[in-house]
Amino acid sequence: MAHGPAKGLSRWLLTTNHKDIGTLYLWFSFTMFLLGGFFAMIIRAELFQPGLQLVEPEFFNQMTTMHGLVMVFGAIMPSFVGLANWMIPMMIGAPDMALPRMNNWSFWILPPTFLMLASTLFMEGGAPNFGWTFYAPLSTTYAPSTVTYFIFGVHLMGLSSIMGSINIIATVVNMRAPGMTYMKMPMFVWTWLITAFLLVAVMPVLAGLVTMMLMDVHFGTSFFSAAGGGDPVLFQHIFWFFGHPEVYIIILPGFGVVSQIIPTFSRKPLFGYDSMVYATASIAFLSFIVWAHHMYTVGMPIAGELFFMYATMLIAVPTGVKVFNWITTMWRGSLTFETPMLFAIGFVFLFTIGGFTGVMLALAPADFQYHDSYFVVAHFHYVMVAGAVFSMTAAVYYWLPKWTGKMYNESMGKAQFWVSFVGFNLTFFPQHFVGLAGMPRRIPDYALQFTDFNMMSSIGAFIYGASQLFFLFNVIRTIIAGEPVNRDKVWEGAEGLEWTVSSPPPYHTFTTPPPVK
Amino acid sequence: MANTADSNVTKTVGKLLAVVVGMFAFVFVVMVPLYDVLCEQLGLNGKTGGRYEYVEAGVDSSREIKVQFVASNNEGMPWEFRPTVTMIKVNPGAATDTVFYAKNPQPENMVAQAVPSISPSRAAEYFHKTECFCFNQQPLAGGEETEMALQFIVDQDLPADIKTITLSYTLFDVTDRVDSDAVVSR
Repeated sequence: MAHGPAKGLSRWLLTTNHKDIGTLYLWFSFTMFLLGGFFAMIIRAELFQPGLQLVEPEFFNQMTTMHGLVMVFGAIMPSFVGLANWMIPMMIGAPDMALPRMNNWSFWILPPTFLMLASTLFMEGGAPNFGWTFYAPLSTTYAPSTVTYFIFGVHLMGLSSIMGSINIIATVVNMRAPGMTYMKMPMFVWTWLITAFLLVAVMPVLAGLVTMMLMDVHFGTSFFSAAGGGDPVLFQHIFWFFGHPEVYIIILPGFGVVSQIIPTFSRKPLFGYDSMVYATASIAFLSFIVWAHHMYTVGMPIAGELFFMYATMLIAVPTGVKVFNWITTMWRGSLTFETPMLFAIGFVFLFTIGGFTGVMLALAPADFQYHDSYFVVAHFHYVMVAGAVFSMTAAVYYWLPKWTGKMYNESMGKAQFWVSFVGFNLTFFPQHFVGLAGMPRRIPDYALQFTDFNMMSSIGAFIYGASQLFFLFNVIRTIIAGEPVNRDKVWEGAEGLEWTVSSPPPYHTFTTPPPVK
Repeated sequence: MANTADSNVTKTVGKLLAVVVGMFAFVFVVMVPLYDVLCEQLGLNGKTGGRYEYVEAGVDSSREIKVQFVASNNEGMPWEFRPTVTMIKVNPGAATDTVFYAKNPQPENMVAQAVPSISPSRAAEYFHKTECFCFNQQPLAGGEETEMALQFIVDQDLPADIKTITLSYTLFDVTDRVDSDAVVSR
């Protein structure tokens, strides 16, 4: 049994080892993160000044679209799947994922998919330009011909996500070590289990939606065309029926990561573990009945607006339970502020700001003012970047010594945190103001009075972008020249089965189930 | 031991695949039809119902409702399209006739489809069309013009606070979707 990895390229192409596949996912998602970040730099460079300087408006639209698609489907989602692959078997005492060959396939679908999606940039007609929400008729009647590549790409990503999440559920349900009951599982495993159920439920909805688009574009149906008896508003309903759970798919694993890190560096168990589990499940359930808060302005009856408004505001309750539990975990703990803890606290602080602006947007009467403005852009970057990306960065710093057996440089980690934190807030905080003052999103040009705040945003974005290159440097430097850690339990306050194996862990762990206390 | 674990995994995967297939089907067989049914029943988006069977229920002559007509062309539609009268005052319960004018100024034969919408959308379920050109596609040969009939009844149960109803038609070019020559020669 105890054989090591194969040599050369075939190790990575043919691997069924959860650690190898986790590593592949993580590197792939970081590559996509840099690509999506590059698109964002083009957007911010154009918006540095009013007027059109660098790119044509059509290309600008392609950049906003590709930035959103690459970041959501290429960077954030695969990064958490990678983390799940690495950590879940080690956290529940399983030898590997339940379906290792399918695991290989669900990863290797992704690189060709994104290569294909990126190649549309060089095609006649240009890349998709209808926004990452691809509302019909922009994405049907008025779409560039490359929309077909986009549709196929979404089908493939959906396939990959569905296979990945089926694998995770099958692993968690069937392969826990004896004694690892559901209510003893680490929070990260819990949040991923719930996320995987969300994925299985809504990725087919997305697949159905793009299938309808495909039929409208090529086969003469009229799902979204009023001329043939369809309705473009139907598109928005189906999209957001997928899209709102998707937001929680992105953030729930981040909640899990933070729920692992804060207890470690507070040297206390997580406060309110049971309530954390129930809060996560409540958020997942509520995510299915709030979708129309993205579309208050389409002309819903007042009863509909009220229902979606109250249901949306209800989500603040379980989310608040989580935030207060994290704060209470820190309360009177023996706190230390290593880099993962800094990112985790940064997450709690900034995600809460994003949550508050979310409650503002949930108010139907006020949303008519905020709708499609930069305020929305600021809101969802606070939850996506300061939420998902900060928690992912925290996770990398937290488990990197376990994965590689080498310690990152603490000063450089902390430096990256502070540069990211300042860069992030400088980028997105001013966008609240320009949004409230009326600057619409997705435009390459703007009125003169927004210039100062946009310049601040652009400078912040360049700082934040540079901090990610610094992150890449930190990780590579750790792998090549980090100090060996030489102990199983890298962090003194850490709890869990992953800290009972050596650092780096052997290629195969837990071939016999570990004892669970 | 290993065998039972494998068969448990197979069972889990089978259930999850059923969910995946079920959700994919749910979009097509539930969400799309449900949306249409809900919109028509509740008058959401100002969608109006299909042909209404006239029932004798008396005319409410105590109040008059203003019915306004609006006609517009969808993007790229070259036809002339307008109501012959822009406003009629009607008593709820009375069947009223009016016509819309349409002309195809192009040399080619074309087919159009009108799509109605009612504002305020709350009034949609009280606005009945017993005859409407929007129930059929309208073919016109090149240069031809026509008058298209509409007969409607405003329901007696129309809420008292609604004094004005606007009926708006958007005309779509559906020539590419049908065989226009065959339709015109019919």
